[in-house]
Amino acid sequence: MPLATTTKRNLVTTALLLPSAVWLFIFLVLPFIAMVVFSFGERAPEGGYLPTFTLAQYANLPARAAAYWNTLMLAPVGAFLCLLVAYPAAYYLAVKADPRYRLMLVSLVVVPFWTSLLVRTYAWMYILGSRGIPNLLSMIGIEDVRLLNTPGAVLLGIVYGYLPLMIMPIYVSLEKLDRRLLEASADLGAKPVSTFFSVTLPLSLPGVMTGVALVTILLLGEYLIPQLLGGGKVFFIGNALVDLFLQSRNWPFGSAIAVTLVAVVVVILMVAMRIAWRISGTRQVDLV
Amino acid sequence: MRALIASVYLFLYAPIALVVLFSFNAGRSASEFTGFSTQWYGKALNNTFLVAALQNSLIIAFTSATLAAVFGTMAALGMERLSPRTRAVFDALFAAAIVVPGVVIGIATLVALVAVFGVINPAIVGLWPGDKPPQFGLGYGSIIAAHGLFTMALVAMIVKARIASLGRDIVEASADLYATPWTTFHQIVLPQILPSVLAGFLLAFTFSFDDFIVAFFVAGPKTTLPIYVFASIRRGVTPEINAIATMVLVASLFLILIARVLMREKKAKRSTAE
Repeated sequence: MPLATTTKRNLVTTALLLPSAVWLFIFLVLPFIAMVVFSFGERAPEGGYLPTFTLAQYANLPARAAAYWNTLMLAPVGAFLCLLVAYPAAYYLAVKADPRYRLMLVSLVVVPFWTSLLVRTYAWMYILGSRGIPNLLSMIGIEDVRLLNTPGAVLLGIVYGYLPLMIMPIYVSLEKLDRRLLEASADLGAKPVSTFFSVTLPLSLPGVMTGVALVTILLLGEYLIPQLLGGGKVFFIGNALVDLFLQSRNWPFGSAIAVTLVAVVVVILMVAMRIAWRISGTRQVDLV
Repeated sequence: MRALIASVYLFLYAPIALVVLFSFNAGRSASEFTGFSTQWYGKALNNTFLVAALQNSLIIAFTSATLAAVFGTMAALGMERLSPRTRAVFDALFAAAIVVPGVVIGIATLVALVAVFGVINPAIVGLWPGDKPPQFGLGYGSIIAAHGLFTMALVAMIVKARIASLGRDIVEASADLYATPWTTFHQIVLPQILPSVLAGFLLAFTFSFDDFIVAFFVAGPKTTLPIYVFASIRRGVTPEINAIATMVLVASLFLILIARVLMREKKAKRSTAE
């Protein structure tokens, strides 16, 4: 290619990418650097940030141990419960559902994910609150049942909120599954159950991995579900962060917690990608 | 198996249905349906705080989705021309913008903007000739910028997937017939990616309109609809909130349906071509 054309081509490429590159730099890269810098500072007397270099914020992390504990316990458990509900649903949609209605049925699963999580979570405040299910139970003589503001309510909210996100990647990997493999397995005398465990399940593992990783990662930063359904008793790291930044204005400590949260997310993502890579070669998720 | 999938749909939709049902409740009760009424919709729409919040949300969602659609599409087109290594860097940054939890995006943006304002504002005071120098602060700009980040990534991903499924041969044929790159772009490429750009715009709009957590950090004095709803819920659930929630649900459902139709059209076209 002549030199002039190459230069022009490069100019066009740069022009196309410049706005998003600037955006990514100013609102993603720079903020993360700022956050790391802040995490080594001190809280100014009136709140905010005082530039120093200290590791005190990181040493102080155990002060929020409860938030870490809740998040690191409930996020994986929530993701696992989500998987238990999602797998059979995804299996039905991909394998059993009538092809004529498949697209519609899949759409019906995805639609709630694209509507407000705030509204969907608050609906459960309604159902679990004292005037909801406990009220119905008291009519048949079961008194004083408390559902709202418990870890169970938070787990329910998690399964409810993230179910579509778990179903989709599993559905995608099951849908790609080559039917001839299933026939071959049957021809070789395998019973449906053993075909499932030796063919279907292993081949859908990349989807399972993607779903579990996505849901777990998003749950690590969850704020609304613990706030609305846990009533401030089941505190997540996300809640601690809102508290530190918007109420007590302890920015350096908040930054230190946020930095550790990102570190955990990165580790989980890398492990998940490594495993998914090893199982097959796909890391694709199709959410839309 | 059928019963199982039916109960999954029941689980997904029953809570939503309850909110919609009780938005039409005549009484204030959140557990007893005492008659049909649309009075709460009237009350909601006459609530000036609510209408202001709705207006803010619409302005923010429209602006950030437009930015996202334009810049995201440009990025998707530009990434096609990059070396695999540079493209991987862009891919990773866009993936980060989507996967990093909203709380962290919100905090990081807040921290960075406040640091920047801390430098710029005093500087302006010194340099400004008049009495009242402008002061930069959190508000529309910061929410739009933060929403623009992850919606831009979303649009780039969607349009990139569409470009990948485009036949290279038709682009090459156009060049062989002596069309300029610009002609090829707006006669061949643009018409084919336009549905996915529009779908990206609508999804970006919905994301921005529904976002609570990022806006919560960077909104400053501005109130968006989700922030208003969140604050109201904490004061107690009322049928008025149900009415607002129902309107939000219907609006986002409508946008999602259009987006999905646009994206499905492309899939249908592809399968008839094959």
